[in-house]
Amino acid sequence: MRIGDAKQSYEADEAIWTSSTQKFWFAVFLLVLAVFPFVADAYLLYIGCLVGIAVISTTGLNILTGFTGLISLGQAGFMGVGGYTVAWFSLHTALPFPLTLLLAGLLTAAVGILVGLPSLRVKGLYLAIATLAASVFLHFIFAEWQAVTGGMGGLSLPPAHLFGLTFQSDFEMYFIIVPLAVVMVLAAKNVFRTRTGRAFIAIRDRDISAEILGINLLRYKLMSFALSSFYAGVAGGLFAYFYRVVTPESFPLSLSIFYLAAVIVGGMGNLLGGILGAAFMTLIPEMLNLLTATLTPFYPNAPVFMSPMLGIIFGALIVGFLIFEPNGLGEIWQRVRRFFRLWPFRN
Amino acid sequence: MDWLFFGEISLAGLAMGGLYGLIGLGFVIIYKATRVINFAIGEIMMFAAYLFLAFAGGMEMSPWVALPLAVLGGSVLGGVIEKVMIRPMLGESSISVVMVTIGLASILVGLVELGWGADPQLLPEFLPRKPVFLGELYLAPKIAYGFLIGATLLLVYLLYFRFSRGGVALRATASDQAAAYSMGINVRRVFNLAWVFGSLAASLAGVLVAATGGLSPQFGAVGLSVLVVVIVGGLDSILGALIAGLFIGWLETVAGAYLGGQYRMPATFAVLAVILVLRPYGLFGTHEIERV
Amino acid sequence: MILECDLTTTQAVGSDVGAASGKTEHNKNILEIHNLSLSFGGVTALRDVSFRVPEQGITTVIGPNGAGKTSMFNCISGFYQPQQGSIHYQGKPLTGVKPPARAALGLARTFQNIALFRGMTVLDNIKLGAHVHMKSGLLASLAYFGPARREEMAVRREVERHIIDFLEIDHIRRQPVASLPYGLQKRVELARALAMRPKVLMLDEPVAGMNREEKEDMARFILDIREEWDVTILMVEHDMAMVMDISDHIAVLNFGQVIAEGLPADVQNNAEVIEAYLGTRDMDSLRHKLNPESEVA
Repeated sequence: MRIGDAKQSYEADEAIWTSSTQKFWFAVFLLVLAVFPFVADAYLLYIGCLVGIAVISTTGLNILTGFTGLISLGQAGFMGVGGYTVAWFSLHTALPFPLTLLLAGLLTAAVGILVGLPSLRVKGLYLAIATLAASVFLHFIFAEWQAVTGGMGGLSLPPAHLFGLTFQSDFEMYFIIVPLAVVMVLAAKNVFRTRTGRAFIAIRDRDISAEILGINLLRYKLMSFALSSFYAGVAGGLFAYFYRVVTPESFPLSLSIFYLAAVIVGGMGNLLGGILGAAFMTLIPEMLNLLTATLTPFYPNAPVFMSPMLGIIFGALIVGFLIFEPNGLGEIWQRVRRFFRLWPFRN
Repeated sequence: MDWLFFGEISLAGLAMGGLYGLIGLGFVIIYKATRVINFAIGEIMMFAAYLFLAFAGGMEMSPWVALPLAVLGGSVLGGVIEKVMIRPMLGESSISVVMVTIGLASILVGLVELGWGADPQLLPEFLPRKPVFLGELYLAPKIAYGFLIGATLLLVYLLYFRFSRGGVALRATASDQAAAYSMGINVRRVFNLAWVFGSLAASLAGVLVAATGGLSPQFGAVGLSVLVVVIVGGLDSILGALIAGLFIGWLETVAGAYLGGQYRMPATFAVLAVILVLRPYGLFGTHEIERV
Repeated sequence: MILECDLTTTQAVGSDVGAASGKTEHNKNILEIHNLSLSFGGVTALRDVSFRVPEQGITTVIGPNGAGKTSMFNCISGFYQPQQGSIHYQGKPLTGVKPPARAALGLARTFQNIALFRGMTVLDNIKLGAHVHMKSGLLASLAYFGPARREEMAVRREVERHIIDFLEIDHIRRQPVASLPYGLQKRVELARALAMRPKVLMLDEPVAGMNREEKEDMARFILDIREEWDVTILMVEHDMAMVMDISDHIAVLNFGQVIAEGLPADVQNNAEVIEAYLGTRDMDSLRHKLNPESEVA
C-alpha cells in the first residue's frame, strides 16, 4: 500500500512516475527487458521482437485514433511506406540503421500529412474512408511501381548495420527493437503531458470548442497524422529489417484492422493499454498456433481452422471489448492496481 | 477506338453498377435510420451468397427456392446483428459503432471460411443462358438478368418507402428521431427493420454478384466499392446511391478493361478522394449544420 | 458556402453605435457589433443586430429563448460567419479572423452546454486554456525535458496561484471532469476561460441550471473577476435577478433583433422589453419579474 505521496514541487507532481514505488517497478521492468534475451529461447525472442514492433505501431495508431479521435484504416499502408523506405535505402546506400529508420519515419510522416490533408474538410468516418483510400493507393504503388518496390515480388534487403556491426539474428534485432520501443513510448507519454497532447485530446473530445479555445484544428490534426505515421514508418522499417523482405502482401488491409483491434482491446487513449493490447494481440495467433499443434495429433484437420479462427477471435475481441469493456485492458489494469493500492487493509 | 467494345464494356459496367446501386440502397437505409456506417455490408452479402451455395449446391434445392431462402437468411442475420451488436452501442461514439461493424466483418469472414473453406467456389447456374443483345451490343446473360432482378427489387423498395406504413415510419425516424418517437413510432423497431431491409437488399445483390463473378471469403471486398458508391452519392441519399452506383460500376469495369484489373480499385478510389476533398457530404447528401 | 460580407468600409468605427442607442457612457467600447445578420437556410437567427460592449464592466445580453443570443456569441467567436455586418474588437474588424486567432487576441468564452474535455483532468482542462499563450512544438513536447517542461511548469504555477486558488477548486484538480457535479463543471469551465488570459470574457448562461447557493457563488466569482482581473465581461443569462444585480450594461435581443440597450434600470422599464418578455404591457407583473429585490433577500 502507498499513502502520503505529497509533492514538494510541480515538477515532481507532473513526473511520469510520481512515487518511488512506481519508479522501482519501472526499473524492475527495464531490468527484465534487458535480461530477457539472455534467458529466453529462440521462440520467445522472436515473440519479443514481434511484440516490440507491434508496440511501436500500436502506440502510433493510438496517438491518432485513441487520443486525437481520427480513425485510421491506413496503418498497414503507412508501415509499408516505412518498410519499403528501409529496404530501398539498404539496397541502394550504405546508410546505417538509425538513419534508414529515421528516413523511413520522416517519409511516412510526410505521406501521413498528405493523407491527413482532407481532415480539414472531412471528419470522423469520412476521414476513415479517406485513410482507406490512401491504403488502396499505397498498396497499388507497392505492387505496380516495379522500379522502386520490385513489384509483387517485393524487395529482399541486407541486415541492419551500425559501426561495422550487423544485426541479423532475432537476438541481435532485439537490441534494436526493444530499446527503440521503450524510447518511443516514453516520448509519446511526454507529448501527453504538454500542450501538444492536450490539444490532441481536446480535438478528440470536442473539436469545435477546441477551435474556439484557440487550437488550430488543421495544424494539430496534421501533427497527429505526422507523429502517428512516423511511428508506423519506424515500425514498418523494423519489420523490414526483422523479416529482411518486404512485399505488397506484407502490409494487407487486415494488418490495419489488427492494429485497430490492438488499440481497442488495449484501450483507446491509453498508452499503457496500447502496449498491453499490442502484446495481447500478437500473442493470440501464437497461442492459437500452440493450440493447433496440440490438437493436430488427435485432429489432423486442425491447421485448416487456424486462419479462420484467428479472424473470428480478432473480430470477437473488437466487438466484445467495445460492448463490454470499452476502456480496454488499460482500464482492467487500473482496476487491478486500485485493488492492491490499499491492500491488505481494504479491498 | 472500338466503339462497339466500349459500348459492350460500358453496358456490362452499368449493369454491375445497378447492383452496386442496390447494395448502396441497403447501406443508405441503414445509415438514414440509425446513423450507423456499416462496414460489414460486403460480408453480409457474402454470407447470403454462401447460404445460397449451401441451399442450391449442397442441399440441391431449386435455385428459385434457394434464392429467397438465402435472402431471407441474410435479412435475419441483419436483424440479429442489430439486436446483439448495434443496439448495445446506442449512444456510443460513431467511431466505436463503425469499429463494431469492422469486427463483425472479420467474424463473418472467419465463419464462412470455417464452413466452406478458403477456396473460391462457383454458384450453381440459375440465370438463363441465352445471350442478350441490345441493338448490336452483346451483354453477358448473367449480368443482364442479374441487373433485371436487382432493378425489380429496387423498384419495389422505392414504392414501399414511398407509400407503405413501415416506409413512412422509417422516413420519419430518419428525418427526426425524437419527433418520430413522440408521434408513437416505435423507433427501436424501426432501427431493427432498417437493418433487416438493408441486409435484404445487400443479400439479394450478394447472390447476384456472386453468380456472375464467383464466391470466396474475400468476396466482402465488394463492400469497399459500395463504400465508394455511398460516399460519392451521399450517405443519406437513395437517389445518390443509385446514380453513384451506376457510375462507379461503369468506371470500375471500364478501368479494368482498358487499364487492367489492378486499376479497378485505384480508379474508383481516385473519384472518392476527389469527392472527399471537393464535396465531402457527397453529390446528393445533406450537409449538416454544426452546433457548439 | 457562406460569404462573409464586410460592411465596415461604409461605417464609421465606434461612434455611430453609441450615438444610435442614445446613451452616453464615457468608457471606450472594446467590442462593437454592427448590423450583424445571420441565417441558416431560411431561418434567420440574427437580423441587423448592433450593440456595443463598453470596456471593463459587465455587459449582459438578455432575451427570450431562441432570440439569437448564443448565435451572437458564436459570431464573436468566429464559429459562425454572419452574412452581413461586422464585429469590431479593440477598434479593428474581426472579419476573416479564424476562431483560434480570435482566442489568441483575448476573446475567451464558456459554453451554454458545458464543453469541457471529458477525457482530461480538471487541471489539464484549465491548462488547455493557456494553449494560445504557449509555444512548445512537437519536438519539444516529445523531448519534454528542457523548454517544454519549463513552459509547462510556468503555466502550472500561474494556473495554481491565480485561478485554482481563486475559484476554490484545489480539491478537484486531479479529478476527471466527467465525474464532477454540474455546478463545479461550470466553475472549471470558467477557470479554463480565465487561463486564456482574456480581455473579453464571454459567459454563456453561467448560472443556468444551478441552485441558489451555486448561483450566489458564481455571481461572487464574476464580480471578483471584474474587480481583480483586467477583463471585460460579456454575459448571456436568463436569471433576471442576477442580471439586474451585477450588470453594468444590458442589451436585449428578441427574434434576432436588439430591442433595447442601456443601463439595467433603463432596460427594466422599457416597454418593448416588457412586451417581449411577457407579451403584455402589464407593468406590475413584469416589475415583479425583472426587479432583483423581489427575488433576492
